[in-house]
Order: sequence, then C-alpha cells, then structure tokens
Amino acid sequence: MDDEPLVIAGQKFSSRLILGTGGAASLEILEAVLVSAGAELATVALRRIDPAAQGSLLDVLSRVGVRLLPNTAGCFTARDAVLTAKMAREAFETDWVKLEVIGDDRTLLPDAVELVDAAEQLVDDGFVVLPYTNDDPVLARRLEAIGCAAVMPLGSPIGSGAGIRNPYNLAIIAEQTTVPVILDAGIGTASDATLAMELGADAVLLATAVTRAREPVLMAEAMRQGVEAGWLARRAGRIPRRRYAEASTAFAGMAEWEPVGG
Amino acid sequence: MKAVVVGGGVIGLGIAWRAASRGLAVTVVDPEPGRGASGVAAGMLAPVTEVHYGEEALLALNLESARRYPNFVAELEDASRMVVGYRASGTVSVARDADDLAALEELVGYQRGLGLEVERLRSRELRRLEPGLAPGVRGGAMVAGDHQVDPRRLVAALLAACRRLGVVLRRERAGSIDRRSVVLEAGGVEDGDVVVVAAGAWSGVLAGLPAEAVPPVRPVKGQILRLRGAGAPPLARNMRGAEVYLVPRSDGEVVVGATVEERGFDTAVTAGAVHELLRAAIELVPDVAELALVETAASLRPGSPDNAPLLGATGVEGVVLATGHFRNGILLAPVTADAVAELLATGEAPPEITAFSPRRFQRVLS
Repeated sequence: MDDEPLVIAGQKFSSRLILGTGGAASLEILEAVLVSAGAELATVALRRIDPAAQGSLLDVLSRVGVRLLPNTAGCFTARDAVLTAKMAREAFETDWVKLEVIGDDRTLLPDAVELVDAAEQLVDDGFVVLPYTNDDPVLARRLEAIGCAAVMPLGSPIGSGAGIRNPYNLAIIAEQTTVPVILDAGIGTASDATLAMELGADAVLLATAVTRAREPVLMAEAMRQGVEAGWLARRAGRIPRRRYAEASTAFAGMAEWEPVGG
Repeated sequence: MKAVVVGGGVIGLGIAWRAASRGLAVTVVDPEPGRGASGVAAGMLAPVTEVHYGEEALLALNLESARRYPNFVAELEDASRMVVGYRASGTVSVARDADDLAALEELVGYQRGLGLEVERLRSRELRRLEPGLAPGVRGGAMVAGDHQVDPRRLVAALLAACRRLGVVLRRERAGSIDRRSVVLEAGGVEDGDVVVVAAGAWSGVLAGLPAEAVPPVRPVKGQILRLRGAGAPPLARNMRGAEVYLVPRSDGEVVVGATVEERGFDTAVTAGAVHELLRAAIELVPDVAELALVETAASLRPGSPDNAPLLGATGVEGVVLATGHFRNGILLAPVTADAVAELLATGEAPPEITAFSPRRFQRVLS
C-alpha cells in the first residue's frame, strides 16, 4: 500500500509509526504491541535501563526485529544529554539518538536553548540526531540547519494525550522542512495520528496512548491504521472545503423521467 | 521425600513451612534469608487498588491469596509465637489534581466492572478519613479489603516456624543446581528428591538448570524509604498516589515506595529517586516532611514477561519453580506456600495455580 518509504539519514523504513517503550505494563504486552503496530523503530531510554541486562526490553526488541533508537529521556541540560548520547552510542553501538532535553518537570516541555546546544555538539560529533522539539517553526528550522536528521515537534505534552494543539504550526514545520518531520508526543487516539499525517508529518512517535489504553494491542493496531490512513489521505489530496452542499451525483446529462400522462 | 528450597525470602520460607507441616523433610539454602526483595518490600496487600488492565488472571490469584491471609497469619503467629503486623486497615487512592482524578475515575470504573468493592470519596470525605492529607487533594477512592503486613516480621516469623518444624537452614549461597541437588558455592552438596527454585530475581541466573527449566525472570529494581516519627504516623491506612505509595505501621514506621526500574542487578540508591519519592509523599501528606528518614534501600523484584508468577513443575523432573512474583511477592506468599507445598506432597498442582505453570513460557524457555 505504501510504496514510498520513510527515509531517515539514508535508512529506509516502510512503517511510519515509531513506538516509545516506556510505560508498557509488561514485556509480553510490549512485544505484542510492537508487532501489532508494525513498528520498525522503537525508542529506549538509556537512563531507564541497563543495556547489559538479560531477559529484558532489549531481548524483546531483537526478538521482534525492531531497531532500537536510544533517547536521552531524563536529561535537563545539554551536558547531560550529550554525555547520555555518548554512553548510548557505546552501549548500543548506534550513532542514532533521539535527543530530549527537558526544561520543566511538570510539563516535560523541551528546553529550546539547551536542545540547540546539545544538537550542535552531537551533530559535530557524527551523531544522527533526531531532536524532540517544541511545535515552533523557527526552532525547527534552526535544528534542521544545524544538521539534524529529522525534527520531532510535539503535538502536546508527553503523556497528555491532548492531541495536536497547534495544527497550524505543525503544518508550517512540515511545509518548510526538508528532513523528515516526526510528530512526537501528545497523541491520544488514532485520529490524532491520522491528523498529524494529513498535516504533513512523515511519521508519528507515540507510547502512552497505546500502553495505557484498556486494550494496548488493539490500540497499537488502530494507530498503525490511523497513520496509514493519514498518509494515504495526504497523498490522495483532500477536496477543498465549501460552505454549501454540492451533490455528489451530477445531474447534467441524465435522462429525464416524464410522469405518465404529463 | 525431601525438598531443597533455593531462596529464603517469604516465598521460599513460606513453602518450606507449609511443606514441613505436611511432613516433608525440607532444607532452605540462602546466605541471608529475608535480605532480598522480602526485606525491603512495603507489605501492601492491595490486589484491588493495584489491579491492571489485562491482568485479570493474576487478579484472581491475588484475591485468593488476600483471602487466605488472615488464616495464614493466625496459624503462623501461633506456630512462631511472633506477630507479623497484619493490619486490615484498608487502602485509599488519592488524586491530587483533575488529571489524577480522571485516571482514578477510569480505574474505579474498571474495578467495579470486575465486581470489586471500591468506594469513591469526595475530597472532604477523604480528608475526614485522613486529616493529614494535603488540603488541595481532589478526591479519591477507598478499598476496605486491601490490607498490609510487615514483611520483615513475616520473614522472622516464618524462620521461627520453620525452625520449630525441623526445617534445616543452610546459610550458604547456592552455586548451581545438579539435577535434584543443590551444589553450594562454598563446597558441599544438598541432596533432595526435588529442588524448589524460589530465588526471586536471581532465579533466572542459577547455574546448572537445563534450558527448559530456566525461568524467564529478570531483576526489576525498586527503591524504597523508611521513615519514623515520635508519635503515630500522619496517616492511618495505606495510601496510593499517582507517583508514590505510603504504608503506615502501628509501630510508627512509614514506608514510602517505590521506583520500578529496569537496571539489571544494580541496587544503588540514587539521589533522584529519594528526592522524587519524598517530594511525591510530602505533596500528598505534608507532615511526612517532619519524620526522620531512617532507611533508604533498593532491591530486586523478580519480573516475569507477563508480570505473573511461575508456579509449578518444569519440563525437568525434580525441579519446581516458585518465582517471578514481581510486585506481588508478599501478597502471594500464602497461596504460593499452600499450593507449592501441596504439589510437593501430592505431585498434583492445585487448580488455583494451573494458569501460572512455568510451561506457559515454553517459547521463551526452549
């Protein structure tokens, strides 16, 4: 159905749904969710796991063939984020990193200044940097200019499930950005994921909306379909909005029915 | 019939006590009984408060064990002549803000849908029950049937009860398992007719087990705090917030827990965890700030792929598993002890544990 792959830093992915691995109730559910979502890429917080541990999350990822994307969750300064990214590179033998630098405990919003600082250092050091950023088109442009491999604007705060609060900014970011745009954080249900794709995102990253759902495996499937639907709809092209109705059947050229005895 | 139990936490000691009561010869191998997860656990017995989507089978086992607790405790206190701090005080869940309240409403709906008893409380009702709660709390729920026990006293009582029944305690580390025997790290062998692996988070790394008997159990780190004041604790019953729980004991202790971390065998206590646990606890009950912080600890829960325990025979003759209890080890001690002792004595697993056979992970085990 989707013959145009997502390409990040030269790597092709046929799935446009990326999963976060935090918050799953059990490893068994996480495994089922990854399969149901059809994910090819999943984020892992280096600070939240021991890379050497057996029988853990990493085994689940390798068993289902999902590529690991380390993130710097839990970092509040550029220094911590850069150090964590370097430790992740050692531990997981990948130079890809989802860069998170959080500026506030309660909202978990990114700290723009620290983020740009860390992104510069990591790009210079040869990392493939995917920064989690505000839905700010100017900041997104700066991150792209630095050399980030993608930009990952939020829809709303992490874990809030509040959806895409500023669709205009997301559309602007998608329009102006040449690297992939990955909507990250805030997805609450499948229609949010669809909307993100319709607005121009190239992929969606989510976790809580699936892991905290009553039926995580069902919701993962819903998200997969939602992302696909939005991607297809965007390529198909939506019709212009009109104020008044326009009958879906055209009347011109149709046979006239003459009432009997008329 | 002789059973060698590897692991002297509440699970291993509970099985040893019940098996010895049925006339089996039992040896428990553990260098420091009760010093693993049993020694740091808070002892909240809260199957209803902590129920989770998709874990209905585990809920049934948890409820069965909670139902057995009063008799288990009465018999154990009688056998050991010690008290274990069992308190039928109930557990309240507290919502700090509208977000917490929405999550709590959903949980209560789920609990009621399962036919569980839970009472919704408005903020003022909640604070009448627990006047120490911060005035800003938005509301909560009360589960009268969710109780508590003091795990350290439980271990001490089980040790005493085992001793009275002639259970042999080898205070040594198990090096490996060799068919039906346990080879001790320091040398020597403990022979038996059956080996029970109840080694908690270490169950998955015991040497010598054939692959099909190795449980898919991993360590899941928990950091926990113990506080104490001069008088009665500033709360009367177990309290669950969105980020923390508090367990007050009648001797004045307040346990604040717990992190859930995938950190391998790391047991370092971190500044951040202590900070977060205290911050969250003080946010709920401001007077917690006045208590003395007497202990910080970290230990390893035995996590399984589906969060439920592995109970019963393996594909290997003479090896029985009783591990993978994750966050429910203290709660599940009575039903585990009864059921595994029955399996050892009769060769038949009782119906309450058949859904938790280690064989459900055959794919992982093989």
